Amino acid sequence: MNPLPDPMAPQAFRDPGVAAALARRIRRLAERTGPAALMEVCGTHTVALFRSGVRALLGDCVTLLSGPGCPVCVTPADIVDRAAAYAKTPGVTVATYGDMMRVPGSRGSLDQARAAGGQVRVVYSPSDALALAAKNPDMRVVFLGVGFETTAPAAAAAVLHARRDGLDNFMVLNAHKLIPPALHALAAMPGLKLDGLICPGHVSAIIGLGPYREVTGKHNLPCVVTGFEPLDLLQGILMLLEQKARGEAAVENQYARAVRPQGNPRARDILFQVFEPADAVWRGLGAVPGGGMAFREEFDAFDAAARIPLDIGPAPDPPGCRCAAVLVAAVKPPECPLFANRCAPDHPVGPCMVSSEGACAAHYKYGDLS
Amino acid sequence: MCLAVPVRIEKLTGPATGVISLSGISRAVDLSLIEDPQPGDFVLLHAGFAIEKVDEAEALRTLELFREALEQEGGQEPP
Amino acid sequence: MTRAEPAILLAHGGGGRLARDLLRGVVLKHFSNTTLDALGDAALLQAPTGRLAFTTDSFVVNPLFFPGGDIGKLAACGTINDLAVSGARPLALSCALIIEEGFPAHDLEVILESMKTVLESEGVAVVTGDTKVVERGAAHGLFINTAGIGAVQDPAPAGAHAVRPGDAVLVSGPIGDHGMAVLACREGLEFQGELRSDCAPLYAPARALLMAAPETRLIRDATRGGLAAILHEWCEDRDWGVELDEAAIPVRPETAALCGILGLDPLHAANEGTFAAVVPADQAQAALQALHSLPATHGAAIIGRIRADFPGRVVLDTRIRGRRIVDRPAGDPFPRIC
Repeated sequence: MNPLPDPMAPQAFRDPGVAAALARRIRRLAERTGPAALMEVCGTHTVALFRSGVRALLGDCVTLLSGPGCPVCVTPADIVDRAAAYAKTPGVTVATYGDMMRVPGSRGSLDQARAAGGQVRVVYSPSDALALAAKNPDMRVVFLGVGFETTAPAAAAAVLHARRDGLDNFMVLNAHKLIPPALHALAAMPGLKLDGLICPGHVSAIIGLGPYREVTGKHNLPCVVTGFEPLDLLQGILMLLEQKARGEAAVENQYARAVRPQGNPRARDILFQVFEPADAVWRGLGAVPGGGMAFREEFDAFDAAARIPLDIGPAPDPPGCRCAAVLVAAVKPPECPLFANRCAPDHPVGPCMVSSEGACAAHYKYGDLS
Repeated sequence: MCLAVPVRIEKLTGPATGVISLSGISRAVDLSLIEDPQPGDFVLLHAGFAIEKVDEAEALRTLELFREALEQEGGQEPP
Repeated sequence: MTRAEPAILLAHGGGGRLARDLLRGVVLKHFSNTTLDALGDAALLQAPTGRLAFTTDSFVVNPLFFPGGDIGKLAACGTINDLAVSGARPLALSCALIIEEGFPAHDLEVILESMKTVLESEGVAVVTGDTKVVERGAAHGLFINTAGIGAVQDPAPAGAHAVRPGDAVLVSGPIGDHGMAVLACREGLEFQGELRSDCAPLYAPARALLMAAPETRLIRDATRGGLAAILHEWCEDRDWGVELDEAAIPVRPETAALCGILGLDPLHAANEGTFAAVVPADQAQAALQALHSLPATHGAAIIGRIRADFPGRVVLDTRIRGRRIVDRPAGDPFPRIC
């Protein structure tokens, strides 16, 4: 027998023969159990399912719905407006992940703010924003903190470094969100008929499996924590269908190489040292109790909203935009009247089209060969 | 929201910093979020931070399951 | 500016003594040839028989120096390659420099030397040019414009109208290296390692391809927007489309790694020494062998074919034998964490 491939090489999780075998199993099972609707919560999963060709490989045998796990998409537009306002404030530079650059606020995107003379820098890491602050003591650096539990700990660590190093010109425009409360809100939505949740692998690396037990217990919904390579996706989907066939609703871990049942307690400690859960508005879900984070009072000095107050109110959704409905799979992207005509990646109306992992962008860029 | 890639810790450069490598490229990494990082460990790299270690034994176990599936299904590729 | 490092001043563009010094002391030092040395207002050249190819490009890359090259090498190769993929032998180049006040003279010399190295290896000369100096902030260090003329040779690419379903799509080497190498050294990303721009002249490979596959339909070098951009340009509004085999597309491990980390697609990343070509199916093997026989293009591969069933689309058959559309690249790729 051939030795197993190098487990640390991505190719090991992209084998076409294994993909075909898993797909065959999925198809056979789907014939037995009847139509199944699965939701991938995480935007990175949405993109991976399209780009890897898994969606196309499975065809109609399983319905895959995209959920609200795109932090860019669910962030209300006023965050972009605030960031743009900071960018235009003299002496302030906004440092942001690239994902946010083209997201429309109510008065344009950060990319447009930069073109108009605003100070905006794309960074790959909060460490880069910190380095910018350290190198430029006269510059106030506002780091746009968007993301879920995968990303928020890094921002928290950056705040702790800033405090340790006395960098009082570093602050965070906090828009971080928490996934489990949103899952409850989603599962409780009337009219949403789901047979299982493909749970976000990297969020789970931080939070572990525990938070999903409540979802499974309360809503009788199978949850499988899944990785991002093609074979991970296929295996995760297979595990959900197998649960459906057995009439079970349990939490299972497909991504055991990266997700421990207890998650990463150290990352959580750092996260909750700086931030605490708070109510937040999620585009699509509305107000989600405990669905966001707020700075703990002792870190007010690093809270951009406290240090540089702005007079900016909530931004209305653009007319005709159906992002809110798309985010909870009440509407599929091609069903939105603006899809691919008034709203396209080059001229997006809502964030689902411009976000690198928005459901609409994914459908537009990778989908529909008809 | 979850773009993270398994990379190898090449060396430590401080109490919570190091250098990672992947296929011939390398970068500084912040190791604050993981316990006891060591050169040779594999970690998930996300936004310049290591967010968790990748467990080789578990990875092998997953590959074993894939192999079983391949053998049971006859191991053919679709047309 | 620290110490008294020689730098380009506004006066160097002024037409007076300093300008003359710049021209003779720096530019001619690297580009000297009979025609250019005459320093006429125009270069007088012997016209070739047959058709003339004429191309121009401006180079504004930032940073000016990157692993695998600099703006000078980019400029020389870029213009030579536009001529080469049009089926023309490069005859002569013009070179216009727009220099920002305060630009280090040493850097200018290094850049001109890079251009000279490419030009000498390709047997082409800069026969005419121009130098201007602009105020600080008006140019990012240095902008270069080059124009080139070439003699169109037989066989030349037939054109898009000649494309037929079943034709093979080839690429002359691994894709995405230039775009990712330049991105990696941008401030804040700072990835070190093996990433190098693929910047290189393509006359010899293009000529070899055309000789081995005389009915070649199309050749283009895959610059901004990457391979995806040219494939889209080719099939837009046509009654055929392009099908690519993901497993066959050559990508260097380091380029693939950086793309994976930043969430970018090698199909959308720029190249500066790689071309794509469409050749008839029965000439594809000969074309591939011709490219493989040259060290510069030993990594060439057949990556797909022309299909009639999805007109105007570029479709990827993925590694796991699923399928997806390859979209047009949208503007400058920003690194992602999502």
